[in-house]
Amino acid sequence: MTEITLVQAVNQALAEAMRADPDVLVLGEDVGVNGGVFRATEGLFKEFGADRVVDTPLSETGIVGAAIGMALYGLKPVAEIQFVDFIYPAFDQIVSELAKFRYRSGGQYPCPVVLRSPYGGGIKGGLYHSQSPEAYFAHTSGLKVVVPSNPADAKGLLTTAIFDPDPVIFLEPKRIYRSVTGEVPAGEHRVPLGVAATVRPGTDVSVFAYGAMIPTVLEAAASLEGEGVRTEVIDLRSLVPLDEEAILASVRKTGRAVIVHEAPRFVGFGAEIAAILAEKALYSLKAPVKRITGFDTPFPYALENLYLPSPARVAGAIRDTAKEG
Amino acid sequence: MSEAAAGRRTAPVAAGPGLPPEDLPKIYRTMLLARLMDERCLSLQRQGRIGFYVPLQGQEAAQVACAWALEPTDWVFPAYRELGIALVRGIPLTTLFDQFIGNAGDILKGRQMPNHYGSRDHRFVTASSPVGTQIIHAVGAAMAAQRHRDPIVTITFFGDGTTSSNDFHSGLNFAGVFHTPTIFFCQNNQWAISMPREHQTRSETLAVKGTAYGVPGVVVDGMDAHAVYRAVREARSRALSGGGPTLIEAQVYRLGPHSTSDDPKRYRTDAEMAEWRARDPVERLKGELVRSGQLTEADDEKLKEELRTEIGAALKQAESTAAVDPLTIFDDVFAVRTPRLDAEREELRPYSAPGSGGHP
Repeated sequence: MTEITLVQAVNQALAEAMRADPDVLVLGEDVGVNGGVFRATEGLFKEFGADRVVDTPLSETGIVGAAIGMALYGLKPVAEIQFVDFIYPAFDQIVSELAKFRYRSGGQYPCPVVLRSPYGGGIKGGLYHSQSPEAYFAHTSGLKVVVPSNPADAKGLLTTAIFDPDPVIFLEPKRIYRSVTGEVPAGEHRVPLGVAATVRPGTDVSVFAYGAMIPTVLEAAASLEGEGVRTEVIDLRSLVPLDEEAILASVRKTGRAVIVHEAPRFVGFGAEIAAILAEKALYSLKAPVKRITGFDTPFPYALENLYLPSPARVAGAIRDTAKEG
Repeated sequence: MSEAAAGRRTAPVAAGPGLPPEDLPKIYRTMLLARLMDERCLSLQRQGRIGFYVPLQGQEAAQVACAWALEPTDWVFPAYRELGIALVRGIPLTTLFDQFIGNAGDILKGRQMPNHYGSRDHRFVTASSPVGTQIIHAVGAAMAAQRHRDPIVTITFFGDGTTSSNDFHSGLNFAGVFHTPTIFFCQNNQWAISMPREHQTRSETLAVKGTAYGVPGVVVDGMDAHAVYRAVREARSRALSGGGPTLIEAQVYRLGPHSTSDDPKRYRTDAEMAEWRARDPVERLKGELVRSGQLTEADDEKLKEELRTEIGAALKQAESTAAVDPLTIFDDVFAVRTPRLDAEREELRPYSAPGSGGHP
């Protein structure tokens, strides 16, 4: 076991999957010679060559569409969208084609593409280098949506995603690409999709979060220890499929829920969790469900630290929820 | 048409032979089958026996001759108007009718509107409705074939309107850059629903749009089966010998409506339709066979009867096949149903049986 960063873990998963299976290949803008603008594909071009680390023209539609064609033919393409903010030109390919190929063909044409993309704020990226569009994809039947929060999960979830028979949108929390390091199992390491992780056990309030919000939530939870608030933190890890059992089990224990994400609140992924709690755990709840999220505005540049859920804002919500009822 | 007659193109089509003479009766038979199938389906839609239909009348020569130039190992990425291609690939009529009805025999499990069929066994990829999305898939599949060193080409079909779409340009650009063995087969049928070709683009031809991407463009008379065959054979051998992609613009005419929801009388003149009808590609090949003594009027009538019987038998079989199982709605979203889909399946189950109140 060695301590590496999240982006190094992504790199390790890619390299090991490519060594294990000649049908795995990487494509995207600047992923080859340059090793990716975040260096996620560093060294792959040298090891595997231009055939398997494909620098593409600047066209997200082209990248996703070509990856679909490759997958139909039998390859396992891993396409990088340089920033998820630039994925929208490919939205038609993702929603109309990638998500629906297996279904519309009656199961004849699986489409095992992984779309990796850095998402989220906190890097002074403004409106177009900061967004969290997971809800669009989670809302589209046929796509799996995965968001790791630490290096070991990044490697384990990405490896599972690459060998999964279905399309996976793999959102990488770029804000913690390098700020979070952790031990990562050497060799093949898989984390199943659809299994949440309890990253901090507690009995008073359940907090549900994913990706770059996990360190924020853990900091908030730690800050409340002195006040005697025992916070349980559940890292969802995969939004589709969603580990509903883990969510319900935690709330049945604590009776209180706070949901945290960077994306805007209105029709955000947190709304689905709140709805699940209303449908299936209402009688376990001792307090209203709270959502701490990005606001219902475009992502602001200069004021991003006010927009993003901060440890203080999350701690405030946990404290209020703990006091209710 | 005049452009094709003048031989205007950005890459030469070799003056090689046309269709193999011994194949002509089979080719004519397939074109006629497509025409009669089309007529039958239009009437089935009017009778409410199928929900929708997209006819190909006027495009039979372009499609059948094009598919004749392919090999069974090539991959086809169609749009939704490719009946002639499907027939040459060998997709059985019952498979098509099962799909039009969406019954238990439908390999798509009743998931799609008529005309959006696909069959992996025939390397005929299941179509979608957004135009042009399939173009870049053909390029990606060709990149995969290159990687596997498979001696095949991929071919994708689309119309004149689609040349305005993003994916047409992305597809040509990727094909040019990666020099893929891909044939872009544009059936310029002159009308994108109500939009005439000259309002779609100011470009002199559609084929010329390949030039800037480093993709040779060829204009052919799509009413002439021989010309189409020659162009596709040449594009195919160029692709296989490492010469890269080709854009073929087959100039045809959509003799019928865009779909059964369309009334072309609203936007085009009887005179225009009559002018193109006089160049009917099915009649044209029939004339050739009659002149060469390979077909008589009596033979032709007999052939039509035979084909109508074949169509009728396939339809009868499809109409007697059971309805699709309601609970299959939840299959193939993913390789394995998620717990959530399982729960929704159970939610529907009590309402899914005929007479349960939830069934149409």
